[in-house]
Amino acid sequence: MGENSVEWNILMNPDYKLSRLPRIEVAEHPLRSFTVRERIPRKIIGSAPSTGRTTPVSTPVPSTDPLTMALKQLDPLSEFVMQEIDPLSKMAAEMDLCDGQFLKTASSRDSEENPFDKMESWTSRKARILSKYTTSEKLTIITSFLSEGEKVMVKTQSTAVDKVQHRLKQLDSFEEGSQQKLDLFQAEYISKIDQLNNELVSSWNTEQRVKALKIAIQCAKLLTDTDVLPFYPSKFVLITDILDTFGKLVYDRLRVKANYIKPGSKTPIPLPEDFTPGMVPDAAKETCLNWFYKIASIRELVPRLYVEIALLKSYNFISTNECVDSLTRITDMIHGIGNPLVAVYARCYLCKTGISVSNKNSDYGYLFGNFTGFLDSYQHLYSRCVKAELDAQHMPLSTYVTLYTPALDFILEAVACRANDSVLADMLNICKQYKNSSLILNTIMSGFKPTRIAERAMEFLETIIESSDDGIPLYVLLRTLGLCITVCPPPTDQRKQILNIVWKHVSSFIKPDEYIACAEAWVQFVVLHFSNREINTILGDIIDHMTPQRNYEKHYNELKIIIGTVVAHNQDFETLLIMDNFLPLVDLFQQESLRVEVCKNILTSTSSEFKTSDPVITNALMFLCSVLHDSVNALTPEDEYKQIGEILCSVIRRVDYGRDFEHQLNFYVEARGAFSNIDVVLAELVQTFNNLMGNQNMLVLISVNVNTWHYLHSSVIVNQIKQVNTLSVNTRQVIKGIHTRKSGDFVRACAAYCFITIPSIVAEKTRLELYLLSGQVALFNQCLGQADACFQAALALLPELEDVSAKSETFLVPYIRQFLSTLLVVPDNPERGVLNLLRNLLNVMAKLEWNKANCSLGILYVSCLDLLSAMAQEDYVYQVDKVESNDSLYGSDPKFIQEINALCSIIVREVLNLLKDLGICRRQSQIATELFLRVVVRGVSSKSMLVLAMNLWQLSMKHGYADVKYLERTRDYLKSRSIAQNNTNLQQLVDMLVI
Amino acid sequence: MAISLDIRLKRADKIYCEEDNVTGVIVISSNSDFKHEGITLIMEGSVNIQVSTKNVGIIEAFYNSVKPIQLINLTCEVSGAGRLPSGTTEIPFEIPLKSKANRVLYETYHGVYVNIGYGLRCDIKRSFLSKDLQKSQQFLIQYRPGYNACPQLPLRDKRTPVNFELSPSTLSSGRTGAPDFLLKGVIDTVCCNISKPFKGKLVLVKCAVPVRSIELQLVRVETCGCAEGYAREATEIQNIQIGDGDAPQNIPIPIYMVFPRLFTCPTLITTNFKLEFEVNIVVIFQDDHLITNNFPIVLVRE
Repeated sequence: MGENSVEWNILMNPDYKLSRLPRIEVAEHPLRSFTVRERIPRKIIGSAPSTGRTTPVSTPVPSTDPLTMALKQLDPLSEFVMQEIDPLSKMAAEMDLCDGQFLKTASSRDSEENPFDKMESWTSRKARILSKYTTSEKLTIITSFLSEGEKVMVKTQSTAVDKVQHRLKQLDSFEEGSQQKLDLFQAEYISKIDQLNNELVSSWNTEQRVKALKIAIQCAKLLTDTDVLPFYPSKFVLITDILDTFGKLVYDRLRVKANYIKPGSKTPIPLPEDFTPGMVPDAAKETCLNWFYKIASIRELVPRLYVEIALLKSYNFISTNECVDSLTRITDMIHGIGNPLVAVYARCYLCKTGISVSNKNSDYGYLFGNFTGFLDSYQHLYSRCVKAELDAQHMPLSTYVTLYTPALDFILEAVACRANDSVLADMLNICKQYKNSSLILNTIMSGFKPTRIAERAMEFLETIIESSDDGIPLYVLLRTLGLCITVCPPPTDQRKQILNIVWKHVSSFIKPDEYIACAEAWVQFVVLHFSNREINTILGDIIDHMTPQRNYEKHYNELKIIIGTVVAHNQDFETLLIMDNFLPLVDLFQQESLRVEVCKNILTSTSSEFKTSDPVITNALMFLCSVLHDSVNALTPEDEYKQIGEILCSVIRRVDYGRDFEHQLNFYVEARGAFSNIDVVLAELVQTFNNLMGNQNMLVLISVNVNTWHYLHSSVIVNQIKQVNTLSVNTRQVIKGIHTRKSGDFVRACAAYCFITIPSIVAEKTRLELYLLSGQVALFNQCLGQADACFQAALALLPELEDVSAKSETFLVPYIRQFLSTLLVVPDNPERGVLNLLRNLLNVMAKLEWNKANCSLGILYVSCLDLLSAMAQEDYVYQVDKVESNDSLYGSDPKFIQEINALCSIIVREVLNLLKDLGICRRQSQIATELFLRVVVRGVSSKSMLVLAMNLWQLSMKHGYADVKYLERTRDYLKSRSIAQNNTNLQQLVDMLVI
Repeated sequence: MAISLDIRLKRADKIYCEEDNVTGVIVISSNSDFKHEGITLIMEGSVNIQVSTKNVGIIEAFYNSVKPIQLINLTCEVSGAGRLPSGTTEIPFEIPLKSKANRVLYETYHGVYVNIGYGLRCDIKRSFLSKDLQKSQQFLIQYRPGYNACPQLPLRDKRTPVNFELSPSTLSSGRTGAPDFLLKGVIDTVCCNISKPFKGKLVLVKCAVPVRSIELQLVRVETCGCAEGYAREATEIQNIQIGDGDAPQNIPIPIYMVFPRLFTCPTLITTNFKLEFEVNIVVIFQDDHLITNNFPIVLVRE
């Protein structure tokens, strides 16, 4: 030990007085590269005419500074911003391009895009139909192609004749397949149809084309059968899939057959995509014709039409106009189908296939034809046969009518893609002619573009109200209209009238499910286009309808959507909260989980800018928040907990009493009481207080801390504490740093609040950071006692750390350094002796468990030397305004300097011990170098110090771990320094340094 | 030692008109060379008439079947006796379609009692030790569009649309059992181009009982002359449904039927036999009551 004891004399640098660095307040990190943010117009390259819009581009200034480069790399997000046009503006630019092209080509119909691209894809429709139209009844399937693996011979063959007959029967079924009738449940049915599909493909692949055709015909035949009405749309979807497969097989086969010989060449090549019949060789044409002759002789109407539709595309091999002619012809022939449901689905399949086979030049008249075809036979829906069937199957007409919607919607959407305005007017007129036109009306409203519907909203409304048949019920019609109008509002002058009429009918619905379905659709319209008074009335009406017999219990989902729309589209959140009927509506949610969800939805959808000081609103907010808060329990998942914490914090940030700090503090105290369960919120409150007390410089520090907290796994109180901090800082700003008695009391109250609140935080790391921060803020507001208490508390906490993340050195080392730098300006507590805090810290540090190999303690000790050196100066490098630090307290009293020197000696000794323990390694060399530097630069060049320095130098050089370049540069620096200071001792030392 | 023999016609659809040249190749493939006594190609065409068993007894029908009427019979010597090399040998041929004197090449037709068929037959004669080889290939005859084999047909006045109306009062059977109904319709023409579909439309104006099905029945009427006089037989060719179930009322339902190939041909009236066609419009009501309206039609190729 003796050899390690060193007499330390701190060097007091007189230059510091003069060279106090000029400080400038900045908003950004000074080393970050500048980016040009202005928007540079750039022409879009290409043939499209410039649309006049510009593409925003930000161009980075090329920088060569390696430091800025490094900084740039640190932040991949801003790097992305610098290099790329942001994706949205890029998209906008592309859209512009498209628009331009569209305008250019819109006039010529040839190059027009497929107008049906806008339509919903068939696959998604299919899935929807399959999930919607199901049945639990037994379905029958008549077919001869289902292989019966489990066919058991039941009969015992008693006589020879029986045997022969049986054998013949078997042969028969083997050859032709006797027709069987099977009764199946839905799932079996679907699997059978699937089986048929596979059978078709496999027999096609094994060249049994006639069998494939037979299967297709049998499948199509199944569509004649409406035995189980609710399943029919699904059946249609399943079977048309098979037919599509069949059509595709035929078409592909013909195409392969139709390899044509290009004029001038000899080898046959496949037909191009847009071939003409002239290119098709005779053999392929003949095969194709054969197919159509075969189909034409199918006896039954429905299978014949379906199979022909499936093969429509193959008409292209024969002639160009055959396909279109057939479309029109089949459109007419469908009139022969007596069952209106079968007919409408046949039309749907025709339209679907028609769209897929038609090329750009085709005539789309058949689409409209199909719709008018349906209209012509519309009355047939109410005919005797349908009635008889419905009676037999016990199905109400209104349900029956909904079976039409998938097919009709598809047809009408296809029509609407091509139709112009007059078509809609025509249809409306047709609707008016019939007295039972609800189905058509509904289809029109869901099929046409909402803009067109909205223009005629009044007209529609009148027709809807007039058509009171038992088809589609009134509430469905009103709902559909509501959905249209939500997307696109009707003319301004009609809005009020429309709402009045509609709501008159809506509120007259007695059944709650009808009522809520309508209300849900119309609420958005009301919210968007009417004032809060109307919204309030509507909400009140909803409550009135939902309350009797606890109806709301069955309609939570709709109510949730209603609240969601109201909140999402309302601009004025405050008035919403004050509204008489809004909170009562929330009250309808009696189920805890739903209630929480709704509250969450409300609180998150408010804009973050809005601030309030209104007690009513605050109360409402607190009510909603407490719902959230109360939902937290031990079983709440971590994410949920975090989310709720964040929501609560954002609400706390919104309540802003401006300069009424007392009120604000009261609110925070109340919040602390209410939200005691959630850590983050408490932390937020402490933070706000500290903010209230600090000043701008501190704000930088705080914001840094805020960021770390957000990313660290901090617990919830943080936010609340943060809010309190802000409060303190604000106060300080208001009073310009000079506390009167009252403001002094206030900030002291704030500090006390923080000090009290922090211990309730669970996360130790956050607690440590908040103590330090609160101490800093308190110091800033000249609350020396509170600051001292905070620091002491932090020190007391340090040795008791249990959390792994808090104990990790990556956290502790920066934290202690930060602590050290704060300690410089903390004046000594006269009751506790000189440098009491630092001593405590040193003691605590020594007791902590450090990783031996890393020797972080050594590094921290070296930092302590730096601090002590700074403390010995006459004027400190930084100070807190209106706080007298040790420099002015002691005025560089020799006794004080002596204390420092003594402390330094101890520290150096400790470091040397540590170095010895560490043994020979790279780390040892590094620490030795560091210490060497401190000894030479911070200490007075006395004899013993120089010896120490020399030893350290050699230690660092030993075993070749030293960073030679660094040491060389160090030596050069020391040389110049010794010359500048005219320090002979140092010069001697430098001369002795060997590398 | 497998020798395969095939006749490949140049036209994929195998349809020829009178005066055309039937061209193609005889394809002989064998894995060794072989000797033959000569190759001949024979073109044959004939009308086969069989008398219905309904008019005469079975045995009489068997004996009394009218002798086939030969329309064409040409024999070409493709090659004299010689050797064919191993591998595939293709011998192209070209035979002009010329009928025998005083005969007309009728269109190909397959019916029940009358068949008109044409074929090519290739024979390879071999020495008595090995089997002769034979291969037949059918081909079809169609009239040139516009040609009419039966000048006696009254075509002009049959080109106008035919209106018809069906109701219980117009039924030949009287009103018995028929429900109250009214069916109006129009047929574009009863003198039909065989290559174009049969068209028209019908409207169910009123109907007391739901309709089960509306069908088009295509019927051939074959008449054969034989020792005992004429035998006239009407049989169904095909039945096409145009209305399924209770068809909506007052909406025109298209009548549309494609004439099947082979089983139909332009209406033919000769001294020995007649081929005529009829269309029946059949309405079947829910109670299985059936109403038929018959339209004799004339088929021509145009």
